[in-house]
Amino acid sequence: MIEATLGSLGRPVLQAVAAVGRVALFALQVVGHILRPPFYLRELGSSLVQIGWHSLPVVGLTAIFTGGALALQIYAGGSRFNAESVVPSIVAIGMTRELGPVLGGLMVAARVASSIAAEIGTMKVTEQIDALVTLSTNPLKYLAVPRVVAATLAMPVLVAVGDAIGIMGGWLVGITRLDFNSAAYLKNTVDFLEVWDIGSGLVKGAVFGFIVALMGCYHGMNSARGAQGVGAATKAAVVSASVLILAANYILTEAFFSS
Amino acid sequence: MIELAQVQKRFGENRVLQGVTLTIASGTSMVIIGGSGTGKSVLLKCILGLVRPDSGMITLDGQDVTKADRDAFLARFGMLFQGGALFDSLRVWENVAFRLLRGPKALPKAQAREIAIEKLRRVGLKPATADLFPAELSGGMQKRVGLARAIAAEPEIIFFDEPTTGLDPIMAGVINDLIREIVVEMGATAMTITHDMSSVRAIADNVAMLHGGVIRWTGPVGEMDATPDPYVQQFIHGRAEGPIEAVR
Ligand SMILES: Nc1ncnc2c1ncn2[C@@H]1O[C@H](COP(=O)(O)OP(=O)(O)OP(=O)(O)O)[C@@H](O)[C@H]1O
Ligand SMILES: [Mg+2]
Repeated sequence: MIEATLGSLGRPVLQAVAAVGRVALFALQVVGHILRPPFYLRELGSSLVQIGWHSLPVVGLTAIFTGGALALQIYAGGSRFNAESVVPSIVAIGMTRELGPVLGGLMVAARVASSIAAEIGTMKVTEQIDALVTLSTNPLKYLAVPRVVAATLAMPVLVAVGDAIGIMGGWLVGITRLDFNSAAYLKNTVDFLEVWDIGSGLVKGAVFGFIVALMGCYHGMNSARGAQGVGAATKAAVVSASVLILAANYILTEAFFSS
Repeated sequence: MIELAQVQKRFGENRVLQGVTLTIASGTSMVIIGGSGTGKSVLLKCILGLVRPDSGMITLDGQDVTKADRDAFLARFGMLFQGGALFDSLRVWENVAFRLLRGPKALPKAQAREIAIEKLRRVGLKPATADLFPAELSGGMQKRVGLARAIAAEPEIIFFDEPTTGLDPIMAGVINDLIREIVVEMGATAMTITHDMSSVRAIADNVAMLHGGVIRWTGPVGEMDATPDPYVQQFIHGRAEGPIEAVR
């Protein structure tokens, strides 16, 4: 009786541990292949365009609305302590440290992890991955490495753009709705922002980019058979990438800022 | 020479291969026949290492395929997949020239493209198809592009998984002739899966019938008609009545 209960408890735990192990192994393999030839530069280029360039609109839109809303909230909150003047600096710090990378990462997870998983999953179920192998091409190297490298490089750039647009969103709301003086708002932003506020966000971005592409590739390559398999892989990629981004964000924030 | 000894493979409860033993001599054409779902495609994938057998031994020229250097091993093979398995992000000619464009012996782009167009012509496709994407082709055209890709690098050993399904009779004849030509003129070893008995007669030196997870019968194509084996007789004559159940 006890044994059966433990057994039924044990199985999901074991499965979870095994899944974590498989993902970790996959990540190690991908990283191990990054610096070893052959290099697929054409695939890297098209991945950069796909993941980086085409994500700009969604990241920009996310940032501008977030920055604007943030300015309104901080103004409302700050007015309780007669501290409305903190709006520019808190918007800037909030965007660069947290919201730029996290919201940007989540949006890219939705956009990119799903499309990578669907594309690679379809390749898997239509035997294209098998065909790659018979043509002496390592699927991990040809499909996963360019995407993971591209996402890791592109994400910090997206975060930087998102930071700038988010701060601009706050500034727009600040000068149009909250009676801030434009020059004073910008001065306040620049004076209180530290390099590490921005730098830590960019590092987070790189980690989130790695997570997004890794999850897309992992679930795509392990897709079950048929259209249903691809659908499940896509869903798993987005969910796992999002959760891992939030978890990694907490860990990185601890590592960077808790004294 | 490819030798399979007691190869077994199961997927969960589904015991697909239950001890396959078969020899394919170099420079000959072996055709595998057998009912749908008997594991013919799985058998080819086992040889290529795409599916790992549960037990048994597969050797190529006496060497265990699981211990061979993968790159050198795969460089000797070409494979046409049952579904074509074309890369849909690449143009037709880039698919055909995929191997030629990569690896230590990579050719310049223009030369690889020329070879690709020549191979496309051999499978009955016009040069204009070269710049299309696979999704723009009909099923039979995709199949032929897959065939062109399999033979593009002139491998020693070529596997064809149902090369003529989905083709009209004339095109099927062209492909049968092509496969025969590759074996006779280039000395390649071919292993072909087909359900089409006219293809079997056109392509095969030897025939093997897979049924119930084992090689039910194997022998030269000339002896196929005379064999008393009831399974082979039922299969080649396409009879609904016989030892092979119609529901599988
Ligand atoms: N990756 C896989 N996972 C689970 N089962 C599989 C897998 N591949 C093949 N099978 C099963 O193995 C059996 C044989 O499949 P296979 O594709 O080799 O058949 P086949 O002889 O080529 O049939 P057909 O002539 O219809 O192509 C089928 O029952 C199939 O469901
Ligand atoms: Mg098959």
